[in-house]
Amino acid sequence: MTIRRRTFFVATVAALASTQALAPRPTRAQQRFESIFMFIPAGPGGGWDSTGRAIEQAARAAGLVGSFQFENVGGAGGMVGLPRFVNQRRGQANALIVGGSVMVGAGITNKSPITIRDVVPIARLTEEAGVVVVPPNSPHRDWASLAAALRANPGSVSVGGGSAGGTDHIALGLILKALGRNPREASYVAFAGGGPAQAAILGGQVGAGISGYSEFAEQIKAGRMRALATTGAERIPGTDIPTLKELGLNVTAANWRGVFAAPGITPAQRQALIDLVTAVHATPQWKEILAQRAWTDAFLAGDAFAAFLSEDIAKTETVLKDLGLA
Amino acid sequence: METLALLAGGFATALSAQNLLFAFAGCFLGTAVGVLPGIGPALTVALLLPITFKVPAASAFILFAGVYYGAMYGGSTTSILLNTPGESATIITALEGFQMAKQGRAGPALATAAIGSFVAGTIATVALTFFAPIVVELALKLGPAEYFSLMVIAFVAVSAVLGSSAVRGLTMLFLGLVFGIVGVDLQTGQPRFTFGLIELLDGIEVTIVAVGLFAVAETLHLASRHRYGEDQLLPLSGSLWLTREDFSRSWKAWLRGALIGFPFGAIPAGGAELPTFFSYYIERKLAGRPEEFGRGAIEGVAGPEAANNASAAGVLMPMLTLGLPTSVTAAIMLSAFQSYGIQPGPLLFQTQGDLVWSMIASLYIGNAMLLVLNLPLIGLWVRVLRIPRPQLYGGILVFATIGAYGVANSVIDLAVMYAVGLMGMLMKRYDFPVAPVVLGMILGPLAEQSFRQAMTISQGDVTTFVTRPISATFLALAAALVLAPPVLRAYAVSRARA
Repeated sequence: MTIRRRTFFVATVAALASTQALAPRPTRAQQRFESIFMFIPAGPGGGWDSTGRAIEQAARAAGLVGSFQFENVGGAGGMVGLPRFVNQRRGQANALIVGGSVMVGAGITNKSPITIRDVVPIARLTEEAGVVVVPPNSPHRDWASLAAALRANPGSVSVGGGSAGGTDHIALGLILKALGRNPREASYVAFAGGGPAQAAILGGQVGAGISGYSEFAEQIKAGRMRALATTGAERIPGTDIPTLKELGLNVTAANWRGVFAAPGITPAQRQALIDLVTAVHATPQWKEILAQRAWTDAFLAGDAFAAFLSEDIAKTETVLKDLGLA
Repeated sequence: METLALLAGGFATALSAQNLLFAFAGCFLGTAVGVLPGIGPALTVALLLPITFKVPAASAFILFAGVYYGAMYGGSTTSILLNTPGESATIITALEGFQMAKQGRAGPALATAAIGSFVAGTIATVALTFFAPIVVELALKLGPAEYFSLMVIAFVAVSAVLGSSAVRGLTMLFLGLVFGIVGVDLQTGQPRFTFGLIELLDGIEVTIVAVGLFAVAETLHLASRHRYGEDQLLPLSGSLWLTREDFSRSWKAWLRGALIGFPFGAIPAGGAELPTFFSYYIERKLAGRPEEFGRGAIEGVAGPEAANNASAAGVLMPMLTLGLPTSVTAAIMLSAFQSYGIQPGPLLFQTQGDLVWSMIASLYIGNAMLLVLNLPLIGLWVRVLRIPRPQLYGGILVFATIGAYGVANSVIDLAVMYAVGLMGMLMKRYDFPVAPVVLGMILGPLAEQSFRQAMTISQGDVTTFVTRPISATFLALAAALVLAPPVLRAYAVSRARA
């Protein structure tokens, strides 16, 4: 009985949805792939999942791909899904996996036998710079003041962010190192997820906070957090927050996301996927999604991406060693 | 007044035929996922996310809110009828609810749960409408030190569910603490008790253990005892509805449950489980007939059921006023906002007022809809008990298995669930209480992480817990709860002697 009931619900919801679906049928003129298998090494609803779904949205609207099939296997920063993708999809020419900085770090901290090196880099798509904030009642009005406090005694300023060894922690480690201190001296307070971390900063429970810009953007706009510096190579468009580089600290860190192919594919098959993702990136729909989601375009494909990746892995490994986590 | 005008505007949107249909679909779907063990509202909303590409924002959020509220209603049904909680927030309901069902009082138990959910849900929605910003600002005053002290109170309150033997109860609590520790430690990034299994790095899901301990263990227990004909459930005796006495015992519990549940939703470490468990403790302490607890006291169903629904509304407060998700479902709803190009934050009420108010209006509608949907269903649900038990529990096992696998598509999760189920069967056989395991699993990590966060912030100064006023108040309250009964008893004895 319950089964029938459930299918009925799903049918109702689907029917409701389809009444709204009046989008024009895509033309099949420039279809490059009959189907793409998209593997998301995270649960539905997160950043990797929305990246994968955004690719689907843009590719299908432009008629580049006939159909998409998704599989979500979440856990441990992608380290649960990655081995499954590598083992099950070896040599499959139409399989893609979404990944990024988090996966680089997770592979190192978990000492996983299968890491991001075991998949074939296709393209980096987006990136997000980090931002250092303080509560509005903080004595630190600008970066110089906070930097001086951190340089004098890193332990005196508690800094809230995501889980230990994650991108936020790594960014703080890079900052302390550039300030001439040992990253291990940090008073880093790890919170489970963005909600608790934001609450702790808003409530002035911690001295400062560090996270991806989008996480804090609305609080900054509303004046409930004071942004002191961003960690990207350039300023975040539409903001006047200086970068650490401008402030004289040689630190850049950004949380990037991209797609990879299964191991064992031929160079021609790899090129076909690179061409596909390049074409997706060129569609107006992709630009629209970037604007809507406030993602920063960081497109980098093929060999250039592969080179960036090795550099990123080496850099992350060094910081995590400094933090005592690798 | 302005609030009322805005709310009226929200009702105008939410009452359109299409949005009513979405609210109904959400409530229906939510009730169904609430009933099914393992499948929760978070997963359901996540699976419905692609709908955001197709429908207007208001309709999607009305649907999601319906799922969220509906799951809180549905979860109690299987807790009461079959001792297999559909959600972790309805575990406490099973303690008294299942005992009531065993005595043929499943009807009143389901009725008090449904009406209590409606009463508390509505009170909480009214509070959300008028006081959200104030409550959220207060919640922000709580830091890790205060959470830890709150957990100390929670550990004192655990005494209410330890069962007849303190040693057995505490053993189970510690077992729960061990389950809670498994996985990568948040503060250091190091794995603990994972035995080299990648799948255990994120820890063990509370739902998996709860479903194992209740649904699987109950099934195995029945299978092992079947030929002895033990534990027969009485299909139904007496009225389906609340008697005058039931009602007079329930209404205060509903109100207290609502009062406890609402603020808990607002604090980032809350969740819907903690308030149910505080409510149970308080009802037990205040009960006129405490000896009935553990044998089917209706207050023990009414209070926690009200608390979990009130906390569901509470969770929406920080989400709508500040863009802070305090539950997994809320986090997924936030990502749905983003797929409409809406950045949820402190300005949401100003920039997306129409959307927010129609969502709040839909909560009132959803609550009423759920009551109308659930009350007539009681007659139908109690008939579930007439299904021959081998088939019934066989079916539960199938759904529990699908649900547990569905959480993360992980075979390890299934193995854990069945291992825990086997253990649960032995626990039942040798009279160890199961609730402390789940509570230990929920409280342990919260207490540990808040303690360490507080210590990092205070740079290792333990006095932070007593120098911060709110934290000190919580600790004093915990001490009073422990010390007051023996002191009062001693005082009474000395008076009697004098």
